Amino acid sequence: MNALELKGLRKSFGKTEIIRGVDLAVKAGERIGVIGPNGAGKSTLFNLISGRLEPTSGEVLLNGKRIDGLKPFEINRLGLSRSFQITNIFPKLSVFENLRCGVLWSLGYKYTFLKFLADLDDANDRAEQLMEMIKLDKKRDVLAMNLTYAEQRALEIGITIAGGANVVLLDEPTAGMSRSETTRFISLIKEVTMGKTLLTVEHDMGVVFGLADKIAVVVYGEVLAFDTPEAVRANARVQEAYLGSSVADAQAGGH
Amino acid sequence: MARPIPQKSFNTSRWITWGLFALVLAVAPLVFQSGLGVTVLSQMGIAIIACLSYNMLFGQGGMLSFGHAVYTGLGAYMAIHALNAATVGSLPLPVALVPLAGGLAGLGFAVLFGYVTTRKSGNTFAMITLGLGELVFAMSLMIPEFFGGEGGVSGNRVSSNAFMGITFGPPIQVYYLIAVYTFISVVAMFAFTRTPLGRMLNAVRDNPERVEFVGYNTQRIRYTAFIIAGFFAGISGGLAALNFEIVTAEVVGAGRSGAYLVFTFLGGATFFFGPILGAILMVLAFVLFSEFTKAWLLYLGLIFMFTVMYVPGGIASLIKMNLRVASFGRLRELLTSYLGLATAMVIGLIGASALVEMIYHLQLNSAMGPELSFLGVQLMVNSVGCWAGAAGLLAFGAGLFEVVRRGFARKWGAIQTIIESDMKRREMAE
Repeated sequence: MNALELKGLRKSFGKTEIIRGVDLAVKAGERIGVIGPNGAGKSTLFNLISGRLEPTSGEVLLNGKRIDGLKPFEINRLGLSRSFQITNIFPKLSVFENLRCGVLWSLGYKYTFLKFLADLDDANDRAEQLMEMIKLDKKRDVLAMNLTYAEQRALEIGITIAGGANVVLLDEPTAGMSRSETTRFISLIKEVTMGKTLLTVEHDMGVVFGLADKIAVVVYGEVLAFDTPEAVRANARVQEAYLGSSVADAQAGGH
Repeated sequence: MARPIPQKSFNTSRWITWGLFALVLAVAPLVFQSGLGVTVLSQMGIAIIACLSYNMLFGQGGMLSFGHAVYTGLGAYMAIHALNAATVGSLPLPVALVPLAGGLAGLGFAVLFGYVTTRKSGNTFAMITLGLGELVFAMSLMIPEFFGGEGGVSGNRVSSNAFMGITFGPPIQVYYLIAVYTFISVVAMFAFTRTPLGRMLNAVRDNPERVEFVGYNTQRIRYTAFIIAGFFAGISGGLAALNFEIVTAEVVGAGRSGAYLVFTFLGGATFFFGPILGAILMVLAFVLFSEFTKAWLLYLGLIFMFTVMYVPGGIASLIKMNLRVASFGRLRELLTSYLGLATAMVIGLIGASALVEMIYHLQLNSAMGPELSFLGVQLMVNSVGCWAGAAGLLAFGAGLFEVVRRGFARKWGAIQTIIESDMKRREMAE
């Protein structure tokens, strides 16, 4: 069974169609790199999958179950989690608290106000463990807003994987990072998403070809190609539509 | 690296803090024995519960409510009706439990109204609470059967069958009932901040969108917290009903709601204990300061404005920051600056308030002649000298303040830099 499947997915804003019929099947455990020029609809695609936006038509299936039309928190509870292009953390909470907030629901604590957080050993252990995984254990009690940019990005990834989701969407996780930071960060991402199904939007081509099992090329709201990195690189249409001309801009500019 | 110290839900220093709090509540009326003293203390307990429950929304949940008096007020009404029903014997409810009836009413109305208000956050939430507050106030004038019209609803708390001599006749007995409720409520509301729901409420305040993507329904978090806040607000209203034995429509009014907001902010919404300070100030302002001068609301407005602009963390943040400086042994260096600031402020304030009082006298009391007594000095509103003197004091105070403030800011900045680097070094040493 496919971990994630999109069938004839479309999204219009007013008269403008941004996603124009996307079909995609991702097997469990696959790492997919989503590339495409600015404005191609990559982020919109992620928003449709994660429930931030509702599709105009088409279906989204998570482990064979339809999730389109569900609220983000309902989709998250079914095992899909995402990060954001713009850092999306809890600025006035400490690193530890940020991660614990990501953990609570998955351990079944829900809306309880009859238990003390300090007594929830499983949640606290898991948060400590996550903190070590993303290498922020020395910043345990620092407020998230006082972290460096790269640390905030790492925390964002930590919150994203905290609930133990099997399908993880990362929207430009390395946006705004230097090259050396990016390299380190990608190995961190590989490490913490081990065994999970991963979809990541990435502008740095070198990075995406090294990270992904398969590449989906999104151009103008459609999937132009979906294949192994080698095949995508050799694909004449991709060359023409995207790679040949814009690798340089994408690497230089990011977005 | 050393393992972080595990946060236990109860530790020694916390026991000491709560023990001291209980002690203060118990001993306070022995220190302030006068009738006024006990009245003021009782009202402080009531206000502490109200402001803390307000801050559950405002400080902890980022919900700026303009209608919190709806829940304290309707709690008060329900409590006074329950008291009257108990008095005539149609409700088997001991007087000591009447505030709980208020709490249940607050909870019930929060369930009802919160369902509407907490669907939205931010500005929309704020405006819906404002509208709802006005709605309930309008209703209070339209349904005299429940709200008692202009005269309000009065009751009699003195129970005929005294239990162990407790009739709740003497104010001191009511004070101790309020003190018990205050203690339990404060402990419960503090405990709430340490629970999963309490923490997720902070997360919703910080970043509601992110909360949706870690599995939580933000509306449900806000709604549940709103209901809990409504319960404690109702308890506060119920205690007020017992204390005053009369409830009038103003208790659900916008003025009351605004006071909760202003004083919670003044006390410091970002710290748990901030609203306690705010509540104490609120009672002092309403009961004592309002007797002292007719212009008290003007002063309050000015103080609020300056706090919003210069001390957005309220009094609690001032205390916290200075405690931090003190813990690094550097408070003494600031002592002269503080003395200077205080002197400048007193001079400026005397000038400013002399001006305000003269203007008020001119507008309201001019029929009583040009003379008014201000801090034991006779001022003449028809004398240019008095006006010039007051204005001069204000200008001198403000100028002095600015000079001292600059020096202080430099010293303060230097000390903060030293503290930061000290902390870094300690971190490294670990």
